[in-house]
Amino acid sequence: MNAPASTAAEEPLAPGTASASAPDPSAAPHAAPDLAAFRDPVRARELIAAINRTVEAAGRPINLMEVCGTHTVSIGRYGFRSVMPDGLKLLSGPGCPVCVTANADIDHAIALARMDGALIATFGDMVRVPGSTSSLAAEKAAGRDVRIVYSPLDALDLAAENPERQVIFMGVGFETTTPAIAACILEAEARGLQNFSVFSAHKMTPPALKAIADDPETRIDGFILPGHVSTITGLAPYRFLAEQYRTPGVVTGFEPVDILASVEWLCRMVARGEARIENAYQRGVAADGNPVARALVEQVFEPVDAVWRGLGTLPQSGLAIRSAFARFDARTRFEVPVEPTREPAGCRCGDVLRGALAPNRCPLFGRACTPEHPVGPCMVSTEGSCAAYFRYREEA
Amino acid sequence: MCLAVPGKITALDADAATATVNMLGVEQRASTRLIPTAQVGDYVLVHAGFGIQIVSAEEAEETLKLVADLTELVEDELPVADSDPAPASDPEPAATGAR
Repeated sequence: MNAPASTAAEEPLAPGTASASAPDPSAAPHAAPDLAAFRDPVRARELIAAINRTVEAAGRPINLMEVCGTHTVSIGRYGFRSVMPDGLKLLSGPGCPVCVTANADIDHAIALARMDGALIATFGDMVRVPGSTSSLAAEKAAGRDVRIVYSPLDALDLAAENPERQVIFMGVGFETTTPAIAACILEAEARGLQNFSVFSAHKMTPPALKAIADDPETRIDGFILPGHVSTITGLAPYRFLAEQYRTPGVVTGFEPVDILASVEWLCRMVARGEARIENAYQRGVAADGNPVARALVEQVFEPVDAVWRGLGTLPQSGLAIRSAFARFDARTRFEVPVEPTREPAGCRCGDVLRGALAPNRCPLFGRACTPEHPVGPCMVSTEGSCAAYFRYREEA
Repeated sequence: MCLAVPGKITALDADAATATVNMLGVEQRASTRLIPTAQVGDYVLVHAGFGIQIVSAEEAEETLKLVADLTELVEDELPVADSDPAPASDPEPAATGAR
């Protein structure tokens, strides 16, 4: 019963549940998903017990990595790292888009903000991340026009309302977010907006997974794969992990039962020597993802090499705006002086993002670097591993 | 940042590809451009002002069945260390997820 959800509107009854009764057009095509079941403490306790048995039966240490910042937050919030058996480690990976944004890109966005007549719009976390010598928040304090938006659509409205300003949306984010940005660029074109552009620092998840799998310093036995990235991509882009690296992966949701189920399933595959890519988030992820969203991204963006904090330059891992949409590309549309890049002294964000260093093992953690006074991006973003470890007092 | 919040579509302007979505009691507008088949009454995941997926209760049940399998079958199914891997006919994972 894995019909993509997009067919549901034509077929109000899912295959396998079809009955003879005539469809009632006033009835909702779907009942509400029972989210309480995914927060059920009984199920959670049973899964933790199962994880303990499986890890013991495996007879060797197991390292799993979650590669989604929202999973990092969920794992911290429910305190799962502290209840895992001794032989099982949950490591955090490069799944916070703000954190993996290269300093040079932040410096470039700051340079754009300093242009006369510029209005920079971006997501909240991005504003506080320090670049080499400044941050968008510092620029805002110095009088530049920097706005926090919830949706890139808000940036389109800002452009329509402020025709005398150049509205530049700083786009960060993975596959979950890029379809929205692509749709906005197409919308700007349809609305004939002359003063809207995007500074794309967008990235794709599979090249980062490959870099982690290739990294001799981190030995990952299984990946907790991102939920809402997979909503767009489906499962196919992860198959190489199982096929080339013999490493299993499970796509999962964000409720406690979701996370524990993926951990148990991965441990079970590791214990059995199996490597498959599986979906434990069927309510949010169709096997083929969202092809409509992918088609929009394909129309507007093209893959390019991109620099990631911590991982370096990864081939074909970034998304640049295609030349057909060049007038919406802030990188090519505006020439600005970008200051030389300087990494924050002592910050080990790069090692944290690779899973090579637990956040609380960084010498700055909780001393020189706190959410109030962050040195690096992993402590700034609410989804950064360091911020999550600090907030939930996690230890590793 | 890849957070997506589930909500129910309460009104739809198909021409504008815009829906009103009730999320935890708050009505918000969301684009349906990425989920063109969405209907009033559908539960959808909303990310950055865009619906990205129609959510179904049936598929949530699939995951709960999987959870039941993962908690109940472990002792019977898990091979002791050094034994042969489980046969390919493994009933639970094969029935879910991947095509």
